[in-house]
Amino acid sequence: MGKLKATEEQLAYAKLLDFGMKLGLLVLIITFIVYLSGILSPYIPVNDLPRYWGMSVHKYLEATGIHPGWTWLGMLGKGDFLNFVGIAFLAGVTILCYLRILPILFRKKDTVYGILAIVEVLVLVLAASGILKAGGH
Amino acid sequence: MVSRELKITRLNAKTITYIIVVAALCIFHFFAGLACASTDPPPIPSSPDSAIPWWVWPLVLFVVTFLLGIVAVLGGVGGGVLFVPIIGGFFPFHIDFVRGAGLLVALAGALAAGPGLLKKGMADLRLALPVAVIASSCAIVGAMVGLALPAKVVNIALGGTILGIVAIMLMAKKSEYPEVRQADALSTALRINGIYHEASTGHDINWQIHRTPQGLALFIIIGVMAGMFGLGAGWANVPVLNLLMGAPLKVSVATSKFLLSITDTSAAWIYVNNGAVLPMMVVPSIIGIMLGSIVGVKILAKTKPAAVRYIVIAMLLFAGGRALLKGLEIWK
Repeated sequence: MGKLKATEEQLAYAKLLDFGMKLGLLVLIITFIVYLSGILSPYIPVNDLPRYWGMSVHKYLEATGIHPGWTWLGMLGKGDFLNFVGIAFLAGVTILCYLRILPILFRKKDTVYGILAIVEVLVLVLAASGILKAGGH
Repeated sequence: MVSRELKITRLNAKTITYIIVVAALCIFHFFAGLACASTDPPPIPSSPDSAIPWWVWPLVLFVVTFLLGIVAVLGGVGGGVLFVPIIGGFFPFHIDFVRGAGLLVALAGALAAGPGLLKKGMADLRLALPVAVIASSCAIVGAMVGLALPAKVVNIALGGTILGIVAIMLMAKKSEYPEVRQADALSTALRINGIYHEASTGHDINWQIHRTPQGLALFIIIGVMAGMFGLGAGWANVPVLNLLMGAPLKVSVATSKFLLSITDTSAAWIYVNNGAVLPMMVVPSIIGIMLGSIVGVKILAKTKPAAVRYIVIAMLLFAGGRALLKGLEIWK
């Protein structure tokens, strides 16, 4: 067997990604069970879902009165919105992995890649921030 | 005794492949029939007294994504490229929610595969990072544009893209170890090169890349399309990394899979923050496709991937045509 070719930062990224992915999936499964079981009542009753899932997102938000962005944080008492915890975690784990490798890159004086990693973090944080709103149709 | 064992093994592989082909065709025809018989989406808001209970479609979604997970592994394609056209074409969910779910499905698959590929050195962080900056930024643009476009336009564009992907899958050659005589200046400056251990030969493979600026430029288009259509973009990443930039095929496939975890993260956030994510669609899809992928990996050695790949191409051809005709309102 050949020697391991993965770099230190690659291994650190992989380790955190593995842990984060498993944790995110576990949270997603648990919150979905809570949703399905009705332990926490959903914002949109499950029987009414067929009314909405055929609408465009713009009409859906109008019809339901849901505000986009991070307002779901204030609705975690609702069974459907609780699932956003797992969804947000899975969507956010990559940002954590980039932050994890930043000190390694700069310690190795790999400045170019350190800057690339910072730029990527900024791009992902911008996407996650909720600042960018798409127009409706 | 040995030849009988070999016969049995061959029969099993043929039988399994045959079962998968027949099952896939049956399921495909079932949904094609449903789609043909289905009416336009109900007026808004629809009557709560629908004949189909609410739980039927999420359950069917789970089953279908489970099968897609198997087929994706066997056919060597990503789950995302199958999910959006098939679910968007044959289920009553609006294309906005389908794309949001598709991105999260592709993301979940990439997150699951990424750690192993990185640890083995098959996926290369140095190759992925510069590409990811471009692809993820452009995926944001694609997602915002995609959400702003009317569904008809999205379906037409999606249909055309899927048919284009079919063409790429049919025509694009793959090069296991492309000949890169001289690394270009950019890849040399960024130290994008590496060594990976090829298990099939027992050798360590040194690799380098070229045409880096051209490759990076193409990732602008790939990123936009990934965000706009909710597709995984692996279908485009691999040819660019392998055929244009000269990375070995296995490094290209592995790095592409890892790259999806970054590109799809940025696009997925746009869909999440714009409300285009329904947990009742997303969670069954993610669980279904991941379970299917696990089964697909287990039976991969016992099937004929080439035959399954042609089934995948046929499914994409049908789904792409369906999206195009749906957008043109010829087949509602």
